Amino acid sequence: MINLVKSKLKTFVGGIHSREDGKILTQDKKESPLLFPKTVYLFMSQHIGAPASPIVKKGDFVKKGQLVGTAQGFVSANVHASISGKVADVVPWPHPITGVRSPAVVIENCGEDSWIEGMSVASDIDLISPDEIRLLIQSAGIVGLGGATFPTHVKLTPPKDKIIDTVVMNGAECEPYLTCDYRLMLEKPHEIIQGLKLVMKCIGCKKAHIGIEANKSDVYTIFKNIVLNDPDIKVDLMEVKYPQGAEHQLIKALLNREFKPTQLPLEVGAIVINVGTAFAVYEAVKFKRPLIERMVTVTGNGVENPQNFLVRLGTPIQQLLEEARVKVNINKVIFGGPMMGIAQGNIESAVTIKGTGGILVLTDAQKWESHACIRCGRCIDSCPYGLNPSELSILCEAKEFNLALDNNVMECKECGCCSYICPAKRPIVHLIKFAKADIAKRKAKA
Amino acid sequence: MYDAESIPRIMWAVVFSLIPAGIAGVFTFGYYGFCVVFISSITAVITEMGILLLRKKPVLNTIKDGSAVVTGILLAYTLPPSTPWYVSVVGSFFAIAIVKHAFGGLGNNIWNPALAARAFLQVAYPASINSDWRVLQHGIGNLVHNITKTDPGGKLVDAITRATPLAKEAGAETYHLTQLFVGNIPGCIGETSVIALLLGGAYLMYKRYIHWYVPFYYIATVFVMVLILPPRIVTPWANNPLYHIFSGGLFLGAFFMATDMVTSPLTKRGLIIFAVGAGALTALIRFYSGYPEGVCYSILLMNTATPLIDRFTKPRLYGTRVKKV
Repeated sequence: MINLVKSKLKTFVGGIHSREDGKILTQDKKESPLLFPKTVYLFMSQHIGAPASPIVKKGDFVKKGQLVGTAQGFVSANVHASISGKVADVVPWPHPITGVRSPAVVIENCGEDSWIEGMSVASDIDLISPDEIRLLIQSAGIVGLGGATFPTHVKLTPPKDKIIDTVVMNGAECEPYLTCDYRLMLEKPHEIIQGLKLVMKCIGCKKAHIGIEANKSDVYTIFKNIVLNDPDIKVDLMEVKYPQGAEHQLIKALLNREFKPTQLPLEVGAIVINVGTAFAVYEAVKFKRPLIERMVTVTGNGVENPQNFLVRLGTPIQQLLEEARVKVNINKVIFGGPMMGIAQGNIESAVTIKGTGGILVLTDAQKWESHACIRCGRCIDSCPYGLNPSELSILCEAKEFNLALDNNVMECKECGCCSYICPAKRPIVHLIKFAKADIAKRKAKA
Repeated sequence: MYDAESIPRIMWAVVFSLIPAGIAGVFTFGYYGFCVVFISSITAVITEMGILLLRKKPVLNTIKDGSAVVTGILLAYTLPPSTPWYVSVVGSFFAIAIVKHAFGGLGNNIWNPALAARAFLQVAYPASINSDWRVLQHGIGNLVHNITKTDPGGKLVDAITRATPLAKEAGAETYHLTQLFVGNIPGCIGETSVIALLLGGAYLMYKRYIHWYVPFYYIATVFVMVLILPPRIVTPWANNPLYHIFSGGLFLGAFFMATDMVTSPLTKRGLIIFAVGAGALTALIRFYSGYPEGVCYSILLMNTATPLIDRFTKPRLYGTRVKKV
């Protein structure tokens, strides 16, 4: 019925309207205070690609911004010390996303918060060359901060035969509860636009398109005013719908171009960067500041003081939870938003990484009994990638991996719309993720 | 995070949406109609409990989801108002134990349990379902029905209980279209009142539990087929499409049986094929078979074809649209 009134806002086909929004908890919290951790655990793998290799050892003294892990190969990213202090150890530590122990550099804070020499100095960026921009981004260890953590310098090095005509900046922040991008856009809009222009310059692309969900119309107005004299940068409001901020949906809504789920945006001449990444790019190029901190939304009904914090990488979430006054009766802590986030098994050991945009703390996370599929077809209507989640979940459950492959299981982007919408409460994405991992393992063996 | 919709919510909404048709049925056929519905539903629930115990599945949670109640009510709605109590008990048992649970329970059944049970009863108790329509004595709690043969004029009794207007025996009689629409006509308990069924169907569409296109294409196909096909038995209304769509179980079938999620295809394209197929079969059975009504068998046949339809109507993978030349 609602669909009869066709909305003028840009959007895509499929997706879901979440019944919980949760952004109200944190969106109006004015300042984003900095958290100063006592100890940080810096994973060598905070990005997609090869893990960095640690170049410090136990007992070394490091300063803020100092390189502690060097990228291994092109698709990899540097890791820098986020505080000054003594390297307590280099140990395998449980990774908050994979759950597997993976090497991390542990630094104990020495109390002084000073940059290493040569870092954090303002420079003139008017005449900087594209290659210099790329090099600065690469050495600063910047990865996609929307959550995918793909190394940004790789994204900015498209194959020679692909022509990129548009940079798409993602200000959708479609995950419920999260407001870290929103706060950043409100607090640092000029810096974000500068970062966007640097990215455009880096790949020699004239046009840019900024997409913002309609629930952030104040940010839309701010951006519109900043780019008033810049006809090449367009700002558009998009419908509030999940996953509006995913690459495929963003490009469909703004540019009306379609490409396969497993393809990259460069197939249709576009590059997508998150607003957080654009800000990090600006900081890296203008001030030579490596990526050592980011905005993190700590929210949910499990904390009394939900807030956005400026958090140093590797901060134990225990400290964030205390700062947000965590309640005693919490039953779930999720890294990321409620749709795609990863539930944490052990909150004592969990630490933030580059991709951590939110920590959702809940007291009433329900455990549902899952039922056999009743074939209602709601998952098919919601799947933005044109898959059949109902059939896939049944095939993956039965471990019929070959049939699952025939039904495009590898094209699933795990956005979670199907699991959300399922009235039988089937853990569809969960089953698909396991099947994908299993298939990848078999392929590696063969 | 999960959406608020769940199986119990959907099932109880279906039960709720069936109430208007039930009230209309009781108005038309008397209280015994309600008794059939009640007996059938209770039997369905008890059977479900028994089978769940046998299968060592959680009993209480599954009972609470309301799916057995839906099956019980739907089965009763397809039965004549004079159905003896043991016939509805056997039908309900068959629907739950054989059609639903023998195939693995809710979600795994191939055929709509209520319709398959109705088809079973038609073979097992042909007298009760097809020919031996009896006149009821109107009154609360009067479970004993009288054995007098149908009074042709239907004027001497309060309740009308004769075969559907589509039956050969009823061929000479015509009913006014408004009569058909309101439901003050002979037929099965829940099928006669188009307006009550529309009310329930509209509620389900508003809740988005059923899609408008399934009943639409189903009914539209019957409409068109009646216009095109030459009927085998010529009656005054034989080629009147409005008469055809408003009589028999078409609205009940189109809004509540063909839209059964479990036994119909998954995608929009598949559902439209399903609905058109069921509509075509309904008209063919009505015109050229020995049965006056074809809704039940048409839907069961299309249920059988559902896996095949699903196979050929897979959703299109995003980004693979064929470019327009």
